[in-house]
Parts: sequence; C-alpha cells; structure tokens
Amino acid sequence: MQTQSIHSLEGSGLSCIRDDRVLFEELAFELVSGQVLLLEGKNGSGKTSLLRILCGFREPDAGEINWCGDAVNDSPFYAQMAYVGHLDGIKKELTVRENLKMSLALSSPGQYPIHEALAKVHMAGYDDVLAQALSAGQKRRLSLARLLITENVLWILDEPFTSLDKQGIALIETLMTEHCASGGMIVLTSHHDIDLPDVDVQRINLS
Amino acid sequence: MSLSHAFFAVIRRDLVLALRRRSEIANPLLFFILVITLFPLGIGAQPHLLQAIAPGIIWVSALLAAMLSLDSLFRSDFDDGSLEQILLSPHPTSVLVLAKIIAHWLVTGLPLLIVAPLLAVFLGMPNHSLGILLLTLLLGTPVLSLIGAIGVALTVGLRRGGMILSLLVLPLYVPVLIFAGNAVQMAGSGLPVDAQINILIAILLMALVLAPMPTAAALKMSIN
Repeated sequence: MQTQSIHSLEGSGLSCIRDDRVLFEELAFELVSGQVLLLEGKNGSGKTSLLRILCGFREPDAGEINWCGDAVNDSPFYAQMAYVGHLDGIKKELTVRENLKMSLALSSPGQYPIHEALAKVHMAGYDDVLAQALSAGQKRRLSLARLLITENVLWILDEPFTSLDKQGIALIETLMTEHCASGGMIVLTSHHDIDLPDVDVQRINLS
Repeated sequence: MSLSHAFFAVIRRDLVLALRRRSEIANPLLFFILVITLFPLGIGAQPHLLQAIAPGIIWVSALLAAMLSLDSLFRSDFDDGSLEQILLSPHPTSVLVLAKIIAHWLVTGLPLLIVAPLLAVFLGMPNHSLGILLLTLLLGTPVLSLIGAIGVALTVGLRRGGMILSLLVLPLYVPVLIFAGNAVQMAGSGLPVDAQINILIAILLMALVLAPMPTAAALKMSIN
C-alpha cells in the first residue's frame, strides 16, 4: 500500500522537572516502525509532559530526541508526525468537513480522502454538520480522523479513548493496528487497557 | 501541501469564523463609533475645538478599538487546541501567524476605515483632509494588528492578561499615533504630509517583516 521505509524515534537521557519536582530522569526508549509505545503511570507522573516534549511544545530539561538518527529539529519530523491531545483542536463554528480541510491545508494529504476517513471513524454523512452539534465522543472521532487524512508516520496520542464508547475504542484499536501494519508507529498514554494482539507494544511505567 | 495554500487556508478559515461569530466584527466597530460620539457630548457645542482635536480623537479611538479586539486574535485557538495544530504544522509558523494577523486586520481594522469618513464629517473635519485620514488609517491600523500580535502571543497563556497586554502594547503604538495624527492635522492646514506618510509606510514595512517571527516564538513559549 505504501513504501515500507523504516523510521525510528529514539529518546535518550530524557528528564523533566516541573516546579522543582523531578517527574522523570534518564528516560530512554527506542521505537521503530510497526511498534507502539504505551506510557503508563499514575496521574501527575509526567505522561502528558513527555508527549509534549516529543511534540516540541516543551524542551526536555536534559537528554535528546532523535528521529531516524537526526535531531528532531534537523529532520522532517514535523512533516511525519500527528498529535491528538487533551484539546481536540476542533473549531466549533466550522463544519466537520471544514475542520478536516483546515488540518489538510496545514499538512500534506495522506492515506485517505476526507469522505473515506469519515466513513472509517463511522461519521459518514456528518460532513456539513457544525462541530458544535457533535457529542464529545464524535468530536474525539473527528480529531482522530485527522490522523487518517494527513500524511504521517508517528501518531502521538494523549488519552485517545477518552469519551469513546466500546465500539469507538474497538474502532481506534483497529485503526492503530492497521497503522502499525503499514509501517507507522504510535506513542500513547491511556488509562484503558489496550488490546492490540498483533502489534509489538512497549510499555514504560513512569511512576 | 504548499505554503501558499496553507497561508490562504488560514486567512479563509479566520474570515469564515469571524462571519459566523459576528460579534468579533461588530464589537470593535461599535466601540470605535461610541467613543468618538462621546467627545462632542462631553466637550459641548464648541465646533472649533472639536475640529482641532478631531484627528487625535479618531486616532486614539482607533488605537483603543484595535487594542480591545486583539485578544480575539489567538484566544479561541489557544483554548480549543487549534494553536497546537498550527504550531505542529511543518510550514513555518511565522508565515501562518502572518496569515492570522492579516485576517484579523481584515475583520477589525478595515471596518474602521469604512466608518471613519462619516465620523470625521461628524466632528467637522475639513473635507480636504479626509483622504489623508483614510490613508493614515490604511497604513497605520495594520501596524496596530502586527505589533499587537506580539503582545497577545506573550499574554495568551495568562488567565487575566488583558491589563498587561495594554501596558505592553500601548507604548509601542505611540509612533504610529504621532505620525498619523500629525499628518492629518497638517493636511487640515493645507501643508504637505509626504514625510509623515513615508515614515508610516516605513513603519508598516518594518512591522510586516519583523513582527511575525517574535509572535511565533512567543506563541511557542505560551503553549508550554
């Protein structure tokens, strides 16, 4: 389906200090195409901080992150990653289609066109609905649809299962399995147990 | 996709949002009109005094209206996470930020230009200085949006950044106020105003080149 070039994400010696509290120190991981990295830990253990460091929103207090062997800022990292965080990044005054078109304009077109991506997250027919009319779970699906329409290798997901129903969770797990099978990789935090039998899942416990 | 496509998509999105929210366009404009109408009421029936201070009144009101509208530039994007997505885009953030500033000016600055001649006549400004008034507004109000963007980007992460924003931004508006106000005054007396207009053009060009980059950097700090 797509070229199966191998990508890798490495972190070494990472530490994060917040208000004189050490959240984590000397953290190292290596992730290659097809793998999932699941961050575990209790509330306040630095899961989200680590994700935000990976996104470049925060500087790590020590350590470095490399993408395919090069420092993140010297590599096409930002063109190959996508992030879905606590905030869904959806404009409530825009329709579903307009929201996705905006994401597409900010990035490059990926695997699926908009209507197929909406069908995949079971939101077909919602194209012209204003985002403010969507339920919390539907908004979450919409922000996950963004992962499908843009070109990316690495998904960074912060609690992707929040406000999704059982079907929604199963759906996202299927999408994650497909993404890894086609050479993608995922870093995520989750309170739910994830069920990905066909994927190589690494776990890091931060607490 | 290409950078120019992203640039125009951001402008288009912000214009559509402004049209659907409406208050974003109406509030600064109504504020501008209200402040200007307060002056004749406060000063009383002294047409000569009003005529003399009209350029100052219009320009100070424009400054205040521009400042009031600044917060809407990044607030909603910051609150709903769209700003994170903009910062993560592989396109240079400063260019996308410039697109947002342009859209903001089209929504909040341009309407002032349209009502300004009416208000100028209302204050008794001589007809031959109307053209210069419009020209100074055309050159000056984009500068207000550009400089203001740096201030908003610095304060958008604060819960109550409004007061700090005005303390940060208003002093930086002073050069525009001096040259624009002076140009309109001189034009009213029939004197040449080329120098002031040239300086305003220079300020605009400098702000266009210099403002987007610190704004992008400040946004990255605020999102932390």
